Parts: sequence; C-alpha cells; structure tokens
Amino acid sequence: MSCRFHHLLGIEPLTREEISFILEQSRPFQEIQRHPLKKLATLRGKTVALAFFESSTRTRISFGTAASRLGADSMNLQAESSSLRKGESLIDTVKTLDAMKPDCIVMRHTSSGSPHFVQQHLQIPVINAGDGTHEHPTQALLDALTILDRKGRLDHLNVTIVGDILHSRVARSNIQLLGKFGARFTLCGPAMWLPRELETLAPLGSSIRRVSNIEDAVRDADIVMVLRVQQERLHEPALPLEEYILLYQLTPERLRLAPSDAIVMHPGPMIRGLEIDPAVADCPQSCVLEQVTNGLAVRMALLFLLIGGPHDESKEALHAAD
Amino acid sequence: MRVVEKSQLMAAAEIDRTLSRLAHEIVERNSGTAGLSLVGIRRRGVPLSERLARAILAMDGSVIPVGILDITLYRDDLSLVAPQPVVHSSDIPFSVDGQVLVLVDDVLYTGRTVRAAMNGLFDLGRPKRIELCVLIDRGHRELPIEATFVGRHVQTSDTEIIEVRLAEIDHEERVMLVERVS
Amino acid sequence: MLLIKNGRVLDPSSRTDAALDVLLDGDRIAQVAPGITAPGAEVLDASGLIVAPGFMDLHCHLREPGEDYKETIETGTRAAARGGFTAVCCMPNTKPVNDSASVTRGILERAAAGASVRVWPIGAASLGSKGEALAEIAAMKSAGIVAVSDDGRPIASAKLLRQVMDYCNSLGLPVIDHCEDASLSAGGVMREGPTSVRMGLRGIPACAESIAVARGVQIAALTGGHFHVAHLSCRESLDHVRAAKASGLRVTCEVTPHHFTLTDEHITNYDTRLKMNPPLASRADRDALIAGLADGSVDCIATDHAPHDSASKDVEFDKAPFGITGFETALALALGKLVHTNKLSLLRMVELFTTGPAGILGIARTVSAGATADLTLFSTGHAWTFRAADSASKSRNTPFDGAAFTGGPMATIVAGKIVWKR
Repeated sequence: MSCRFHHLLGIEPLTREEISFILEQSRPFQEIQRHPLKKLATLRGKTVALAFFESSTRTRISFGTAASRLGADSMNLQAESSSLRKGESLIDTVKTLDAMKPDCIVMRHTSSGSPHFVQQHLQIPVINAGDGTHEHPTQALLDALTILDRKGRLDHLNVTIVGDILHSRVARSNIQLLGKFGARFTLCGPAMWLPRELETLAPLGSSIRRVSNIEDAVRDADIVMVLRVQQERLHEPALPLEEYILLYQLTPERLRLAPSDAIVMHPGPMIRGLEIDPAVADCPQSCVLEQVTNGLAVRMALLFLLIGGPHDESKEALHAAD
Repeated sequence: MRVVEKSQLMAAAEIDRTLSRLAHEIVERNSGTAGLSLVGIRRRGVPLSERLARAILAMDGSVIPVGILDITLYRDDLSLVAPQPVVHSSDIPFSVDGQVLVLVDDVLYTGRTVRAAMNGLFDLGRPKRIELCVLIDRGHRELPIEATFVGRHVQTSDTEIIEVRLAEIDHEERVMLVERVS
Repeated sequence: MLLIKNGRVLDPSSRTDAALDVLLDGDRIAQVAPGITAPGAEVLDASGLIVAPGFMDLHCHLREPGEDYKETIETGTRAAARGGFTAVCCMPNTKPVNDSASVTRGILERAAAGASVRVWPIGAASLGSKGEALAEIAAMKSAGIVAVSDDGRPIASAKLLRQVMDYCNSLGLPVIDHCEDASLSAGGVMREGPTSVRMGLRGIPACAESIAVARGVQIAALTGGHFHVAHLSCRESLDHVRAAKASGLRVTCEVTPHHFTLTDEHITNYDTRLKMNPPLASRADRDALIAGLADGSVDCIATDHAPHDSASKDVEFDKAPFGITGFETALALALGKLVHTNKLSLLRMVELFTTGPAGILGIARTVSAGATADLTLFSTGHAWTFRAADSASKSRNTPFDGAAFTGGPMATIVAGKIVWKR
C-alpha cells in the first residue's frame, strides 16, 4: 500500500491501514539506530524546515536528527527567534521559509489548527509536530510502535491516561490512534480537566470512561500513560502541585494495582516526583527511553515517506530494471 | 508498461545446475567456508542466497550465515523508482567486521544496486572482503563494478529486460528475456 | 412619484396580506389600494414580489470612523441596501468609540454625505466602552442616537448596568447588552462542547451568555428599564427572556441569521469565517432559537454585520477576530431556514425585520397612507447564488460564499427613492 497522504496534520484522518503502514515502514529505521554508522544518503539534497513556534527541545532534536540521519539538511526556526518577537505573522514566517525551497515543513505551534491553516498556503508537505491542544500525531505513532514492540499488538487494549487530558494533544492523538484499533480508554485526572465531552472523542469501536480516582483507573490497564503537568498552558488558576501529587502521582504502590505486565509510558519531559515517582520512571515496566528511540524511527519513516519520492507527483514511475 | 516475451533463457533444471556450480565456485575461491557469509539483496537475491547456503551445507557440511539486505535507503534513484517508495527491513544478524561477504543478486545490470548494497554493508562495519555472485550478468555497466561469480552472461539491448522468476516469490522457475513495448 | 404595481403587500401593523398597489409621493406613502393609476409616476412592477415595510437592522458594525479599511458607512450601507434594509443601527465600537455627541454627529454627517440607507447610531454606555464612567448619553440622544450599548463588550458590571438602565429609562432609550461573562469566556474562541474538545480549541460555555442575560433581566426588574439582549444565541438565555416577558418586564432580544442557520458542528478545518462572538451554538440551541422566533419570545432578526479585512481573518483560528458579514444574506437565510421550512409564516418573518425592531426603538413601520416611504420588495421564489466577491461590503468574511438561495431582496426604497434594485 502506498502513502496516499501528502501531509501529516493529525491521526484523526488516517485509516487503520495507513497507520499500520507507517508503523511497518518505521521498522527498518528502528534497525538503523543499531548500526555503528547511522548516516544514510537517502534524502541527500533534500531540506527539512523545522518551524517550532512553540518551545521544544526533544521533538525538535528528534526531527532534526531524523532528517540528518537520512542525509537531509534542516532549516531551523525557533520560538525565541527575533522575527517572531518583532510581530511577524505566522503566514509570513512560513512563506519566508517556503521561499527558501525546503522539501517539507515540520511545525509546532501554540494554536490548534495552525498546520491546517499553513497547509492551505503551501504546496510542500506539512508535518504537525504539535498544534495547541489539538494533536501530536508523531507522538501517537511512536507510542503505538512502542506498544507494538512491548505488547505484540495494538488491538483492543485497555489504555489508562492520567493527567490534564483536556489540554493534552498527546492524549487526543493517542485516543484517535488506539481508538481506531478498538481500545478501551480510562481517562483519569482532576475533574476540571476531564469534561464530559471527552467521552465523545472515542472513534467507532472504542470506548472512553472517565474516572477521578487513580487507583480505580489503573486496575486492568494494559498501558498506563502519564501526562506531563503543563504549567505553561493554564488560563485557569492552577491546581496546587501537592494536591496533584497526592491524588494523581503514579507511585509504585498504585502501579502494583495494575496487571504485572502493564507498561508505563510518558511523552516527556518527565518531572520526576511530580506526575511520576522516580522508581516507576526507572522500573522495567517503563518504556520512556524506548519511546524516544522509536520517535526517531517514526520520524525518519515519515520523512522518507513524505519526501523520499519525486517532488512532482505527476511524474510517471520508471521501471527500475536492476 | 507492457512487455512481450522473446525467449526463455533458463528453465528450472538449468537454474538448479547453475546455482550448484556457483556454490562450488564460492567455496573453491575462498578455500573453504571459514569467515564466509552470504547476503541476499532484496528481493530475488534472498531466495538465491538461501539456496546457495543450502547447497554449500550439502557439499561441505558447513552452515554459512545468511543475511538479507534491503537497499531502498541507499539507492541514488529513489525519485525514479515509484511515486511512493516503500522501505523494508534488512536483517543481517551477524557482525560483518572481518567477514568475507558474498553479495547475491539475480541480475547484474548497471551496477547501481550493488553500489547501494555495498554502502549498506559499510554502514554495518568493516568487511574483510566483498564478493558478488549473480545469476545473470546482462552487461551495460554504468559503474566500474564486476561480479566475482556469474551464472550466465547474456547480451541484451536497452529495450530488453531479464525477468527472473523464482518459486519462493513467483511460484514458477524460469529466466526469460522480454522486450519493452510502448 | 413612484408607483409600485402588482405586488403583494404584507403589512404586519395592519395585518394586511393582499394584492395592492402602493403610490409614493416624495418621502411619504400617498396611497395603498388595488389598481392605482398615477399618470406621470415612475412605475416599478412588483409582480410576483412581496411589498413590505422597509426592513431595519438593529445591530451592525460600519467600522467608520477609524477602521475604514474594513468598511465605511458608504460601503456598509450599500451592502445593507442590497440586503433589503432601509435603516441600520450601527454599534459604537468604532475608533474613537461613539461615546460623545461629536462622534455621533460625525457619523450622521458621513451618512448624510454618502449612505444608501438610513443610519441610526447606537451610543456607548460608558466612556470609551471601558466600563468605568457613563458616556455622554443625553448629549448623544440630542445628537441622534437611538439606543445605548457597549457592544463589542458586555456592560462591565452589574452596578454600571443598573446606573445605565436607570439613566436611559429616564431618557427613553433602550439598553442593548452584549451578554457575556468575561471570566467564563476568557480565551474562548468557539462554543464549548464536543466539537471544541475534539478540535483542541478553548470553548466558551453557554452559561457565559445566560448568566449575563439573567443579570440584565433582574436589573430590568429593579429599574423598570428596557433591556435588550444583543445576538442571543442559546436556549438558556431564551428561557430567561421568555420568563421576563411573562412577568411583564421590558426585556427584548434579537437573533442573528447565522445563529438560526449554523451550529458549532459546521466549524470544520478551522475556518475563521465561522468564528464570531457569541459563537455558533449547538443544534438544540439553534432549534430553540427558531421556536423562539416563531412564538414571539424573540423580537427581531439582527445581522450583527461585522466586516473584517482578509489579512485580519486569514490567520490561525485562535488569532482571528470575531465576526462575519451579514447584510446581503439575512433575508435569504430567513426565507430558507424559517419560512420555506414552515417554521413560521411569511408575515411573522416580515415582523421580525420590521415591526419587531421598530417596536424596540419605539417607532412605527407600516405600509399605509401617510407613513414614511421606506419599503422592501423581495421574492420568495427566485433562485440565486450569493458570491462574496460581488458583495458591496469591503470585506469578504462570510461563510455563505457560494450558497444557493431561493428568494431574496429585489428592491429597496428609502424615503421614496429606489436605492437598490436587483
């Protein structure tokens, strides 16, 4: 099956088959991370524009490394950059980057829907590296690859997500992805971040229940996803951190209430001692480092799929006779 | 693209005899099987390498490590391959350092596939020596690359294509010369 | 003299629905009768058309003074005329805010110079609409305002609302409130609900509006003043208005065409042409509004025509300003969503554009001898497509570009003159 999509704006528009295809294409790139020499020439001569309007270290480095290991060059725009401080609009910034002829643009922005908006103005593929509180598709894909490696399957898993779900694009993308594989979700967190409308997010064939008590939430879980406490995203008065730790920190005692083969995931960066106990972060059930490695593989696969082929999709395939 | 068959170059029995001969040549040239590994280039190099390993086992009693190499990421012509290139995993479960690697492919043509394959192998380590074994050498090299072991040399023109069909992939065994028709 | 022949006169004040000719002499209606002959008069053939009193829009933004790049009084009123409106009430959130007699006079002078239809300014309730001190309301009344509002924003506090309502009550002016509790709506860009959660957009809960409506109703009870809810959008607000009317309070409200046509589910792909305040509401709200339009709980249709230049609207959803245009599609949407669907009668629809708003301003709107010669002629049957590119407004921020309609405005007459004809 070939890659029918030109952009990656979110998980919601993808089919199960497309998701499985991307994950399968990520495998060779997982393998490459084990080579002594990790640099390929596959995308040599291609340029990836990294437009990070919202601060990010890990995702930006991950995409940058993915591009560079494939032999591509990258253009780096960072949130602290002066043109944004001078008030340049998103569309002008993006068009300026586009005028330097990158082959694709990877963008992260604080406004939900901003990649959709940008994509209307550009011809080149747009990869969403996180838009506001809407989606973070590559995170969900790397989470899925990790789950596949640890659990052997994606279908019908019991997935518990703990934290500020309302403002989490990681939660939304994961719900979209695993939901397409029939997951049963338990969402857990402080009531003001767990509105009833979250239950309407479940794709057909999956289910969502909300639980305010973490002990109940982790029972029967195959996967426990712990979200970061996002202090920078709060319009509302913040919940005191001690309250959050008391009620929602994933401690070894709480994890023991889950099946012994449950895995613990975290999109990072973790704040040890806040949402997750350090002992849990480092225990064998924790997948956080594998998530990072898989992030590189998934992002390499996406760059390969979106810009590995010809620039002009109307070019006919030539038969390779080798 | 339409093709029309011009002639059959090899039937099942001939493929079998040729592989048997190639297996002998590999062992003879390397004075045995010590430090020897086979790496089949996806796709059809893979069953060929497995058959060679079995032949060597039968004649010599030695088990030769066999690996699979996908060269998609090492091609210089990705944009010409298909509107949407697809990559597969390589699987080389042994160290290449200090090994004699015999690359195996069905047809040697411009040499670009072999160039890509060697790039892939060098990313894995430092082989002692790389040898190339192909079923058919059809000429028209674009790079200074030669096969160490050749099943058969076949003269072809630019519009002709060698089609190799192997049971493991195509459910039939033969090698044909076909012509591209517009 | 202008003779409008062969039309069907629909006049809510006299409950007339009959085939009648209308003769206009100067700026007055001279005669309304069957088969009028008037030698020497210009004849306008209204066969197949409805002849109604001139439509009024109680709520619009003409952007002049200060934001002429979005709209001017001239371009805005030309668009209003194309929508069949003979009079429009413009909100004070201009630059500077219309909080003094001099700004009011300035607006009326610009209107006299180039407006296609009547312009009736609404004055600010507080200076600069900052919500601190009262604006020069009495002076503005002498200059010609017809109502008071801080629209763009809610009236800042219950205390200020009480003062404004007491004061305006004594001056005979209605107080129009953009009902919104700012603490609940802060940062919100669309209606809070399943769609906002799925799209990752901060939502404004319905009660941000209804809490402010409840506030206004109680202050109306306290002061005896006239409280009018601008662009009412949800059923909880409507319930408060209905209860207030039942208790005899002078509480009125308006609903915009986009609120009785669209819902939050229509916002797909982060299209900023669907972003306005109050935001598009749920299906249940929309259905409740339509029921309210039919049963009289809603007094009038007002467009809240809010033009914005493309550069402002062509940005990320979060950053786009609220507002869409509305003059030229209002009648067609009302016909399509309310009349053709049998939710209410044609006469009731005409009320919502004529006697409804007129009653709020305390004036008469009628097609009868001696009345002002402001008339709206429209069809209920002809097929047409609205194209934003052809709009008379300077701005193109409408979600109805390319919409196919059945029926719409055909001619607009102000003070006896045809200011627009299709």
